[in-house]
Amino acid sequence: MSQETNATALPVGVTGVVTDWSGDKQAFHVPWGKAMMWIFLLSDTFIFTSFLTGYMHVRTSTTVPWPNPSEVFALTIAGHHIPLILIAIMTFILITSSGTMALAVNYGYRRDRKKTMLLMLATAAFGAMFVSMQAFEWTKLIVDEGVRPWGNPMGAAQFGACFFMITGFHGLHVSIGVIYLSIVAFKVYRGDYESRGYEIVEIVGLYWHFVDLVWVFIFALFYLW
Amino acid sequence: MAEQVEGHQQHPLAIYLYIWILLFVLSTFSYLVDYFGFQGLTRWSLIIIFMLMKAGFIVGIFMHMAWERLALITAILIPPICLLVLIGLMNVEGKYTTKTRGQYFDEQPPVSRIVEGHQTSH
Repeated sequence: MSQETNATALPVGVTGVVTDWSGDKQAFHVPWGKAMMWIFLLSDTFIFTSFLTGYMHVRTSTTVPWPNPSEVFALTIAGHHIPLILIAIMTFILITSSGTMALAVNYGYRRDRKKTMLLMLATAAFGAMFVSMQAFEWTKLIVDEGVRPWGNPMGAAQFGACFFMITGFHGLHVSIGVIYLSIVAFKVYRGDYESRGYEIVEIVGLYWHFVDLVWVFIFALFYLW
Repeated sequence: MAEQVEGHQQHPLAIYLYIWILLFVLSTFSYLVDYFGFQGLTRWSLIIIFMLMKAGFIVGIFMHMAWERLALITAILIPPICLLVLIGLMNVEGKYTTKTRGQYFDEQPPVSRIVEGHQTSH
């Protein structure tokens, strides 16, 4: 294999693209798991964009006013009526978890097992906190406000279907991420990756950052629109 | 770049902490757009700008895309351009559906009647 010998002299830019794609050899100079995770995330991007595009379509085409998210998701805390506050807190929690994850990847490559494990567990804990707050939000909407996938008292009937579909699918991703993080954190602690290297932490990190990335779009397009 | 040969991404901690703070600031700005109740074009452009900046920092720095080789970057970031076409088409389609509904439905569109029907059945 010639890729091993000239690995240090790989051309960059457009020539690099041509060289990497041609000549019956490995195209991506990253661990295979990382390339596969990126391709999985690409397919997930298509799924989430389809949901968001469907939401955009029903929202633009309905003749009934759309419920105002700023008021639907407002909370009264200590006598103050604050718009969208729960969603803002959830956003900050997810960003915090993204930060701890980025640090975990860094400590993984430094082979600091204890710090990597602790940071990954912290990330999982923030994720669990996010899902709990989402459960609270769903309960409030279903029980107190009477939102259903087929209708709601505030306006356009499609609001419930879009809301449950999009945030539900995102919540499912966060829940799976929490499990995935916990498993890998345990294996890091046990020392399973001492011989194989710590690329796995970066791969878990890609998944987790993607979950945060999707939330950025949901936050802007569903809650702030 | 040394990272290209090593095969994994190792960068100084400071850059992650800097981006982390930046994401907090940008999220606060997005929230404030709603809090202060900006409307119309101002609201739209601010929301989209903050959203794209956050997305860019997450993908570029946290997911290390900025340091990957161009072959991987193009393989992952070019296919989503198809999605922009889908969004454009569905936007046009949505407007067309609204106009059709406005033209053929009365002041009381069927959608709201379905809502009310379910309300009374509770």
